[in-house]
Amino acid sequence: MTALLDIRNLHLSMHSFDGEARVLAGISLTVQRGEIWGLVGETGCGKSVTGLSVSRLLRSPPAEYTQGQILFEGTDVLTRTEAQMLTLRGRHIGMIFQDPTTNLNPSFRIGTQLIDVALAAARHDSAILGVPTGAGRSARRVAARRLAVSMLEQVGIPDAEARLDDYPHQFSGGMRQRVLVAMALIGRPGLLIADEPTTALDVSVQAQILALLKSMVAAYDMGVVLITHNLGVVSQVCTHVAVMYAGTIVESGPRETVLDQPLHPYTQALLRAIPSRDVARGALQGLPGSVPDLINAPPGCRFAPRCPLVRPECLAAAPTSRQIAPQHHVACPVVSEARHA
Amino acid sequence: MLRFVLRRIFLILPVLIGLTVIMFVIARVLPGDPVALAAGPNATRDEIARYAQEFGLDRPIWVQYWSYLTGLMQGDFGVSIFTRRPVATDLATYLPATLELVFAAMMLAIAIGIPAGLMAAVWRNRWPDYTSNVLSVAAISMPRFFLGLLLQLCFAMWLMWLPLGGRFPIIYEPPPFVTGFYTLDALFAGDWESFVVACRYLALPAIAMSLSPLATILRMMRASTIEVLHQDYVTTARALGLSPRLIVFKYVLRNAISSSLTVIGLYFGWLLGGTVLVETVFDWPGIGLYATSAIVAQDFMPVVSVALVIGFLFICANIVIDVLYGLINPKVRYQ
Repeated sequence: MTALLDIRNLHLSMHSFDGEARVLAGISLTVQRGEIWGLVGETGCGKSVTGLSVSRLLRSPPAEYTQGQILFEGTDVLTRTEAQMLTLRGRHIGMIFQDPTTNLNPSFRIGTQLIDVALAAARHDSAILGVPTGAGRSARRVAARRLAVSMLEQVGIPDAEARLDDYPHQFSGGMRQRVLVAMALIGRPGLLIADEPTTALDVSVQAQILALLKSMVAAYDMGVVLITHNLGVVSQVCTHVAVMYAGTIVESGPRETVLDQPLHPYTQALLRAIPSRDVARGALQGLPGSVPDLINAPPGCRFAPRCPLVRPECLAAAPTSRQIAPQHHVACPVVSEARHA
Repeated sequence: MLRFVLRRIFLILPVLIGLTVIMFVIARVLPGDPVALAAGPNATRDEIARYAQEFGLDRPIWVQYWSYLTGLMQGDFGVSIFTRRPVATDLATYLPATLELVFAAMMLAIAIGIPAGLMAAVWRNRWPDYTSNVLSVAAISMPRFFLGLLLQLCFAMWLMWLPLGGRFPIIYEPPPFVTGFYTLDALFAGDWESFVVACRYLALPAIAMSLSPLATILRMMRASTIEVLHQDYVTTARALGLSPRLIVFKYVLRNAISSSLTVIGLYFGWLLGGTVLVETVFDWPGIGLYATSAIVAQDFMPVVSVALVIGFLFICANIVIDVLYGLINPKVRYQ
């Protein structure tokens, strides 16, 4: 079975005035339908860039893919033309971004925006609208409007028909994010990339949006890449986790395995840094050191300068990812030995 | 929306009254004796005094002002002490010529400047952008009258495509008066030939007037489009598969155009008040030439009235712009 999304050893460089930054250094990730992958890591580790790469939304230059493949349903998106990408975006790959206040166009009714996305998705596939292939413009428009209303109802916006004619500023933050969820899913995509979809929301609203995402994923049998820096979010909704550090995936696997028995020292450090009521005052541990400069990244393991378990061989060559348990991969030679010993 | 417009229209009144007061006072405190000037070099003291009495200029200034203001209410703009013609008649003759010129220039500037600015931003740092940059800097930095001379030299003298100056051939009758715009009046009369002739006379002065607003609108449009292209909602639109054409001409355009609207409103006023050089070069019988000759003759009534009319039109233009803002930006509308 071909995976929905299969990122293989992806390398991405960004050209800047200071030199070439190796932003992604060999990312591999496989997402099947029904799986919700949490992509976690600190700011600047390459989470968002990975998400944008799947839809090829990074401008090139400065971005340059030096190695690897991004297979979506078996074909490499990196070799596709921009025209081919247009048919993929919205229809097969949906995206949701962080800030609902800036991701809706303030000058247009949300209905207009939803209908345009639906019409764009239906360019090559009229079935989405529920109209025959040769249907005229007005028939498509009516169908798209009907679809927009039903999507708004599905994401839990009351009085959807009337709200279609409202402008974004007439919605609250949580409601706007619901509208954006509806917009991302109106083309019935198989893959959803959600880039920090709850970070800008109130905590109480966050839970609602996460529950909504979870139910929509189940309803449409999608695969999801949920980009976040919040491990709480991951434990709430994700089935799988990939932990990123400085452009590499250091550990990945099923959620329970990674969160309950973390192997990589970075994952362990990340989990220790979560504040909770059980941690004694002052006992919360940060991680000493800072993220490496990606322009002159260290040749070996990128985490080595901050790693408590560092060994000489870690500095020599980048560690390869190893499978420790079914689906559980760790890119650290030290810990795997430690476990087996 | 209607209340918003009505409130704006209501606010015109105090502005216009203020304008008349300022203009009236300035015209009177200027040095020189306009009455003596109008009466001629050989007039005796008695003749000058009689002349002043005839025009009511011997009365105290506030009495003069009050009679001017009450006259305005009835559409009476006073009488020129120089030509003895009512100012209202002169305005009806000269104002439409200038308005036609300014409207034509602004239409050219908007019709070219906005799409060109949009394109320059979309193809930023590629040849369409570089070309428009060079041309717009040239257009902004060149004085309007000089540009007019160049256009005359090129299109009227060398190529002989267009007339050198004037508004209509003297030997022909202009189209019957409806709006005072020869082009529109010719269309109303169904006179296609006159329309073409009027357009040919209008072309060069309108181009000369349009280039600096065109270049400014282009630059504003380019800058604001670049800013809008970096907005999150553009990324979202791209990520959800909208075509680049739809994104630029629908979603980006409406957000980017508001800063250009401000400039359009301002330029409309500037052009109205600054037509004299272009009118001189192209021998265009407009309000600029009329006002300039009145200023030289120290003839108050035309000067005050022209200032008033230009002020009024400027305010109207900006109300239109405000309404457009409301149409474009829903947040303004709902406040």
